[in-house]
Amino acid sequence: MADTTTTHSSGQTRREAQTPARTLLSLVPKAEAKQSMKDFKSDQEVRWCPGCGDYAILAAVQGFMPELGLARENIVFVSGIGCSSRFPYYMNTYGMHSIHGRAPAIATGLASSRRDLSVWVVTGDGDALSIGGNHLIHALRRNVNLKILLFNNRIYGLTKGQYSPTSEVGKVTKSTPMGSLDAPFNPVSLALGAEASFVARTVDSDRKHLTDVLRQAAAHDGTALVEIYQNCNIFNDGAFEALKDKQQAEEAVIRLEHGQPITFGVDQAKGVVRDPATGDLRVVDVTDANRAQILVHDARSASPTTAFALSRLADPDTLHHTPIGVFRSAERPVYDTQMADQLDTATEQNGKGDLGALLTGNDTWTVVG
Amino acid sequence: MTSQVSSHAEQADSAVVGGQRKPSGDGGKEVRRLDRVIIRFAGDSGDGMQLTGDRFTSETASFGNDLSTLPNFPAEIRAPAGTLPGVSSFQLHFADHDILTPGDAPNVLVAMNPAALKANIADVPRGAEIIVNTDEFTKRAMQKVGYASSPLEDGSLDGFHVHPVPLTTLTVEALKEFELSRKDAGRSKNMFALGLLSWMYHRPTEGTESFLKSKFAKKPDIAAANITAFRAGWNFGETTEDFAVSYEVAPAAQAFPTGTYRNISGNLALSYGLVAASRQADLPLYLGSYPITPASDILHELSKHKNFGVRTFQAEDEIAGIGAALGAAFGGSLAVTTTSGPGVALKSETIGLAVSLELPLLVVDIQRGGPSTGLPTKTEQADLLQAMYGRNGEAPVPIVAPRTPADCFDAALEAARIALTYRTPVFLLSDGYLANGSEPWRIPEVDELPDLRPQFAHGPNHTLDDGTEVFWPYKRDPRTLARPWAVPGTPGLEHRIGGIEKQDGTGNISYDPANHDLMVRTRQAKVDGIDVPDLEVDDESGAAELLVLGWGSTYGPITAAVRRLRNAGQQVAQAHLRHLNPLPGNLGEVLKRYPHVVVPEMNLGQLATLIRAKYLVDARSYTQVNGMPFKAEQLATVLKEALDG
Ligand code: SF4
Repeated sequence: MADTTTTHSSGQTRREAQTPARTLLSLVPKAEAKQSMKDFKSDQEVRWCPGCGDYAILAAVQGFMPELGLARENIVFVSGIGCSSRFPYYMNTYGMHSIHGRAPAIATGLASSRRDLSVWVVTGDGDALSIGGNHLIHALRRNVNLKILLFNNRIYGLTKGQYSPTSEVGKVTKSTPMGSLDAPFNPVSLALGAEASFVARTVDSDRKHLTDVLRQAAAHDGTALVEIYQNCNIFNDGAFEALKDKQQAEEAVIRLEHGQPITFGVDQAKGVVRDPATGDLRVVDVTDANRAQILVHDARSASPTTAFALSRLADPDTLHHTPIGVFRSAERPVYDTQMADQLDTATEQNGKGDLGALLTGNDTWTVVG
Repeated sequence: MTSQVSSHAEQADSAVVGGQRKPSGDGGKEVRRLDRVIIRFAGDSGDGMQLTGDRFTSETASFGNDLSTLPNFPAEIRAPAGTLPGVSSFQLHFADHDILTPGDAPNVLVAMNPAALKANIADVPRGAEIIVNTDEFTKRAMQKVGYASSPLEDGSLDGFHVHPVPLTTLTVEALKEFELSRKDAGRSKNMFALGLLSWMYHRPTEGTESFLKSKFAKKPDIAAANITAFRAGWNFGETTEDFAVSYEVAPAAQAFPTGTYRNISGNLALSYGLVAASRQADLPLYLGSYPITPASDILHELSKHKNFGVRTFQAEDEIAGIGAALGAAFGGSLAVTTTSGPGVALKSETIGLAVSLELPLLVVDIQRGGPSTGLPTKTEQADLLQAMYGRNGEAPVPIVAPRTPADCFDAALEAARIALTYRTPVFLLSDGYLANGSEPWRIPEVDELPDLRPQFAHGPNHTLDDGTEVFWPYKRDPRTLARPWAVPGTPGLEHRIGGIEKQDGTGNISYDPANHDLMVRTRQAKVDGIDVPDLEVDDESGAAELLVLGWGSTYGPITAAVRRLRNAGQQVAQAHLRHLNPLPGNLGEVLKRYPHVVVPEMNLGQLATLIRAKYLVDARSYTQVNGMPFKAEQLATVLKEALDG
């Protein structure tokens, strides 16, 4: 990808040093006037439960959008079914609230036919990983230019509280009175296994971090999967408390920064190293002796191996050692770009399609009256 | 025509027509003129029978006969060799006048092995010619299909005109100058057979030779071997005594209106119809599809036409295929998904969403035998009620059905017209018989094609009480009841749509009972109000008491049956439906005109059920679900019985 155009709005010089300049955003027309958060609020009354984490995510997205400076009419939010999927109704952009699990497929058709649009998918853990699992992995492997926001609350909210594909084993819910039996998906691991070129994780309550991740996702060419830990205060309250409670979070959260050593905890006293015997990652107390071995985060590595190992650090039950931030942001050919290129190549090689010639073919006969 | 065999035996003077190679009528060989012939090529799946049939068809088309074809092959790519289930056949009917079906019974059967003979002999009337490849009639091969003794010797083929030809040996012999193993050389035996049949029926040969040259352009040796085998077959006919007679079937000049023609299969015509619709609508074509027999050829074909701005997306499954198409429709493409019955089942929920979103979308269903996986390579019309009703809720979808292979072109344009005008998903119900069958097609002039350009929304369409100008995504055109199509990228028209019930006009989410009732009825009224032409009834004398009503691919056999009855002095009226939803406005009145109505269908009576329910008429259903089209003779008999009461 050419490193020439800087397409996002001003004030990001520092960012540009971190994030390679991309080109696909430049295909989306810019807004004529300066925008504010208000411009992105639709006239619809927001109907999530009071206290739901979705409110914070909506505010962060509406607050971030003006920074992109894109023409509002060229932004589309597509969602599936679930609490989070009501999201498009609240954005004053184009939007489609579709059917359960299918948003990535619908968005693929839109994005691959309209490269002048900035297409966002809003989905949840049930929508994206259960009923729509197939579409999610295929969108990721194709690397369609979509930004997928996966609100993970580890529960089915809209159907009133059944366990989801990210619920911890043994979860007691209405449908699992004796505890759930199936092992959960780790969405970041799954996305990396599906060849995702951009994978990040963030938390609903950390507006600054969430916005920073959105910024990097928006700038990425190809599919960006952003897992957002979201609190469902009605059916799974406190699911991510370990990451939010100030005291616990210091030990639980590992903030990934590209190019920085991976350390965390009080005074950054803990760090991540590679076990030379297994190649796996583990957490150690940082000492002068091992400081040089602390892993430096490389989100742009062509290989997803270390990103995958990072995604496995978290304990699925206690959430201790949960990395947040951008796990992977690698360059890979983008499906819709290549699709457009093939159309151009075909036209260069065969000329613009001539319908009369097509219908006639090479094998005709004539009947004269 | 009521009898093929007698016409086949008719003698005529020996004027010879054809392409560059002509049987030497003066070599002492007799030339007879026929008005029509039905040939069936049958062999193992690996014998290249479909290719042989295709080539003979092309030769016949370029000669100017009318024709109709019926390929018939197993679902397995390479079914076990030499077995009955592994037999693949191709039937071709060609004539000096217009014909309607691939024919009931072959005048000539080419049987490449014992299995092919056994699987097809029941369809062949006594007196017909049978060309057998004697090389394959080994004891083992015959035992494999249950022949205790050789049918070539035990008298069981008495009454047929059998030509025993060692096709493999002759082909290998002809190719001895090529350094090929016996096995490899033997592979060209289908071209030898094609050459022989081309001689027998005075077919032009240059098309096949240039076809072989370009097909094997990268392997000139193989091209040369096949051409040699092809010529050897032709020369064999010319010289051997066993083939004393050759036949000519004059071009069907009278049958065709003036114009330029080509031969075309249903799936190709349908693909071209989609490309044409995209051009006429001035919208890019977007196909979202998942491979499925017998629809995949449309995906293959459209993927070749990227220089027409056609995007083809091979999705991860049927649901994603239609999902992507619907996404592209939202973005302003002419969106299409192609599939067969099992795929329609998977797409149902998304079709319902398209009904609710009111976006244009073509759902092409190439019907095949069902239920479940059913008979993937055989034809059936049993998805009519699935297309009509196969969704949750009240979700009306217009249905258009082509009647012949070439008609798939016009039907695709008509389906696009309805989708674009009324902002609705539309079913295009073709089937396996139309998809793979072929016939001559008068190539339309591009400027004869309909203008399909839609009006996109560009600005506000509603004034609020306070005078504010706003855009309401569900404010309808009062004439068509279509809602505006406002594509992303249009400033000021940002709006959200979804599958939840919407408030009339604003499109906002609404759970209001009265509004839901209104919206359900409005969506139904929109589809019911689609402008479709009145049904034309073919009732020459106006005195018929019996109406035959059909839809889709039964057109050929029904029309042929009606002709037979009329030739026998009977009065029969015929009408054929292109629009299944909504039905033509005059259908009720037409049905009431006739005391007797017969509805032949390749299902268990789905159209009959619809019209009995809607019009309270005592329509009689006649059905067949054996994976094959009706035979004209059989339909004629049924109609005769109905006439006789
Ligand atoms: S059920 Fe849970 S996720 Fe859904 S809106 Fe209420 S709090 Fe939010």
